[in-house]
Amino acid sequence: MIDSKNLNLYYGQYHALKNISLSMPAKSVTALIGPSGCGKSTFLRTLNRMNDLIPGVKIDGDVLIDGKDIYKDKMDIDLLRKKVGMVFQKANPFPKSIFENIAYGLRVNGVRDESFIKERVEKSLKQAALWGEVKDVLKKSALALSGGQQQRLCIARALAVEPQVLLMDEPASALDPISTSKIEELIHELKRDFTIAIVTHNMQQAARVSDYTAFFYLGELVELDETKTIFINPKKEQTQNYITGRFG
Amino acid sequence: MTHLEEELKALKKEVTIMFMLVHAQLAKANKALHELDKDLAHEILLTEKRVNAQELSIDRDCENFLALYNPVAVDLRYILAVLKINSNLERTGDIAEGIARFLLESENAFDKKLLEETRITQMFDIAVKMMDDISEAFEQENTAMARSIFRQDVFLDEVNRAANKNIAAYILANPANSEQALHILSTIRKIERVGDQAKNIAEEIIFYIEAKVLKHSKKNA
Repeated sequence: MIDSKNLNLYYGQYHALKNISLSMPAKSVTALIGPSGCGKSTFLRTLNRMNDLIPGVKIDGDVLIDGKDIYKDKMDIDLLRKKVGMVFQKANPFPKSIFENIAYGLRVNGVRDESFIKERVEKSLKQAALWGEVKDVLKKSALALSGGQQQRLCIARALAVEPQVLLMDEPASALDPISTSKIEELIHELKRDFTIAIVTHNMQQAARVSDYTAFFYLGELVELDETKTIFINPKKEQTQNYITGRFG
Repeated sequence: MTHLEEELKALKKEVTIMFMLVHAQLAKANKALHELDKDLAHEILLTEKRVNAQELSIDRDCENFLALYNPVAVDLRYILAVLKINSNLERTGDIAEGIARFLLESENAFDKKLLEETRITQMFDIAVKMMDDISEAFEQENTAMARSIFRQDVFLDEVNRAANKNIAAYILANPANSEQALHILSTIRKIERVGDQAKNIAEEIIFYIEAKVLKHSKKNA
């Protein structure tokens, strides 16, 4: 369970997130939607403290993951990032082999047992629905894979360290419809074991993959509800205007 | 106006035409019944083809809209409602056609006493008014007017419930006119179904505007 309470984030003087209180139930998918600059990606990045390094950032409020405040309880950032994996808009595999891309997270976490690493690589690639396509070419460079395969490789890489939460920032926006469909199917499968938060500009994708949808506008959380409620009968007029394309 | 809004506006215009066609069919059937105007009854049969064509055209527009625009929220509810309203209107058109066919089979004008005792004249006037009101409710997105249909339908139901008794009494008193009385009984049943279609349409209008599902609830009883 992810819980943010009265979360505020400032980039210098700019108030980017305003009093965000939002709960994401465990093992469910929450889609974050809203126009560019509304704060959805900023919010996503607060969930594994990726904004910390941006100069001038100030954050107040609480973000609890499994009841533990990730900003206040002397959280070990490496441990947090292991627990909260992230997948970005553009696939970013390391210039290494497919195998080493997955093994990397394990190795930097001190795992030396090669048979364990091998086992985990296979498991992660299977979870990311990529094993069947790459099992015979594990030594091949990850950069030789297609865009859609690279993105699933990045998901497998995030899964290898057995996170609880998976953050996805427009994971399919640069992919063709077939790869997009594979990623969406994957999200559907992964929610059995992981809590997923996904930022997307694709309304239909939000409707297809998520259980809950949060609509952000100008740094505020306008509405959070079950996805079917948001897309059939949103309570707020701003939400309705946005999802029906009558915004602005 | 966005492209999507233009499409929705064009669809609404088509549905409004469907309302006008069906309302005209019913109004003609009402007039033809009173005057046993067979020419008018024949005209209803001809116009029915246009009602059917309009139904198909609206169905196709809805399919296209669903496929091309992926509507959500109020737009999705609107398209779902239009699909059902379209079907309800087509059935209402069929009812008008059914009444017209009865009229074409009838040889003599209906006995005024029969029309009076069964209250079919009043019933038919109200059914035509209901179609008029529901058309206006759709055009103006007026849920209060849509709700007025539920009240008006009470009278249609009452006339329908009393019909067996009234017709039986009439046949006992006028056995020579029993065939005509049975035609009227059948027509009353049809008009009652017009009321049901109008109620269904009212429910769909309320669904798409207020996102409330009244179907099978007691709120509209």
